[in-house]
Amino acid sequence: MILINQTMKRMAGVIAAAALVFVTIVTGCAPAPASEPTQSIELSGTINEAGSTSVQPLAELMATAFTQKHPKVTINISGGGSSAGVKATAAGTVILGAASRDIKISEADIIPICIARDGVAMVVNQANPLTDITIEQVAKIYAGEITNWKEVGGDDAPITVVSREEGSGTREVFEEYVTGRYNKKIKADALFFDSNGAVRTKVTAEKNSIGYVSFGYIEGLKALTVGGVAPTIENGQNGKYPIVRRLYFLSKSTPTGAVREFIEFCRSPEGQKIAQDEGYIPIVLK
Amino acid sequence: MSNTSSTDVTKPVIELRRIYDVFWRYAIYFFGAVSFVILLLIALFILREGYPAFEKIGIWQFISGQRWDVADSAFGILPMIIGSLYVTVGALVLSVPLGIFSAIFLTDVAPKKVRKIIRPAVELLVGIPSVVYGLVGMLMLVPAIQQIGQGSGDSILAASIVLAVMVLPTIVSITEDSILAVPNAYREGALALGSTRWQMIWNVVLPAARSGIIASIALGMGRAIGETMAMIMVIGNSIIIPDSIFSSARTLTGTLALELKYATGIHWNALFATGVVLFIFILILNSFGILLLRGKTK
Repeated sequence: MILINQTMKRMAGVIAAAALVFVTIVTGCAPAPASEPTQSIELSGTINEAGSTSVQPLAELMATAFTQKHPKVTINISGGGSSAGVKATAAGTVILGAASRDIKISEADIIPICIARDGVAMVVNQANPLTDITIEQVAKIYAGEITNWKEVGGDDAPITVVSREEGSGTREVFEEYVTGRYNKKIKADALFFDSNGAVRTKVTAEKNSIGYVSFGYIEGLKALTVGGVAPTIENGQNGKYPIVRRLYFLSKSTPTGAVREFIEFCRSPEGQKIAQDEGYIPIVLK
Repeated sequence: MSNTSSTDVTKPVIELRRIYDVFWRYAIYFFGAVSFVILLLIALFILREGYPAFEKIGIWQFISGQRWDVADSAFGILPMIIGSLYVTVGALVLSVPLGIFSAIFLTDVAPKKVRKIIRPAVELLVGIPSVVYGLVGMLMLVPAIQQIGQGSGDSILAASIVLAVMVLPTIVSITEDSILAVPNAYREGALALGSTRWQMIWNVVLPAARSGIIASIALGMGRAIGETMAMIMVIGNSIIIPDSIFSSARTLTGTLALELKYATGIHWNALFATGVVLFIFILILNSFGILLLRGKTK
């Protein structure tokens, strides 16, 4: 029974991966083909958005910029988390969802539209002399196999491991690109906090700690280079930095009207400039 | 003649008053029923959402399991149950003596002027949002504990101290009320028999107010076990069975608050099942407290 379960899980994984490839091909991170500007008709209406808290601050800024250009459009941005965003979009309670993770096979009726990318940086306290770390070392630290900073070339001090809660989009990308790569799991006696801000506060206060946060939250912390690559927007954009995820808007059907205009605005050079200014990695614009 | 006419005039007035009375009686029944129905619906909703987890995992497996690993579909809440209990007991160990002695001080020792300042100050503690307690704990208490103990400072000890401050007003005010309810004749009698002031308080007043004091502890316990926000910020939320007061831990409410917003499927059900366990915990504690309070008034 267990064996069948595992096989099924693996199969589901393969299908999910295949679906992701498909989804990526269809909606990918390439900009939408330029459409005819429809400035002649004044846009109006209300757009309700809900979902990922990682997308929320960016979506709010983009919505402010968009409604300045189209004052008759009202955009309500709320949080709730990626899964809540998917659920609300599927149920039709919001016209636009947001997710900071890829869409699962069970959620294939949702159309994800990439609006930006976000890097996850490995951060330590300012007082920590360490400057570089490898993915494998990070994986071992989070699995509890490395417990002292001297094992990775730092001081002789125990490592306080700070992680995010189960289900967080930031944690999912960390698990996918770091611990998952070496088939390791985040140890149960790590400290768990429920936001980028809380992790930053903890790492600022605790000199022997290590954490991971979105690029936008590095300020005040020491961001380590990962395998010699600094966590910068350029390195995220040119593919050198290894821990990068996509941020999506979600729609149940092909967006039309004001929603379509808003999405296109987000993906336009103007919208992407807002993303970059906030520490997100812009989608590649050819 | 004049007699009958007067009854004719008053009769409709009585009818109106009766209708008015009946109306309000049913209106009050209705409002009472509404609050009960809301409670019932909440309980049913939690049970409905949590039931699949009990079914798939098994009640005993769920309560006694030591691993909580969502990716592995392992849902055991024993570490959280123990975490919640440790923190609650720790908070009570700190707040009960402090609360009872503060109450004695306010009722039997302090001059009126002092009481006028301290009483509102203690009651003001209730109005401070728990996130503020959490922040103070996170930025002041946790680093201090890190200095004296091992580990990162996010610990049962930090959580217990923060909680103790939070439940203090509950314990002080209910204990104070029950001490004030002790008839003065008891005090006068004790003093007349030659006991000192302390003997009077310890041997007469406190035993007479006992049931109220126990009720205050039970209600404080209910508050402690349900507290969430401040706990998340100072306890570290590690999913382990703590082995010392310097160890990090996770509470039942903390798990719900941390994970619910992202949960789907069986994970979602397991979190609601955690809610069911918590609901039962608090139900037991509160009925215990209410029973004791009722005992006091008899």
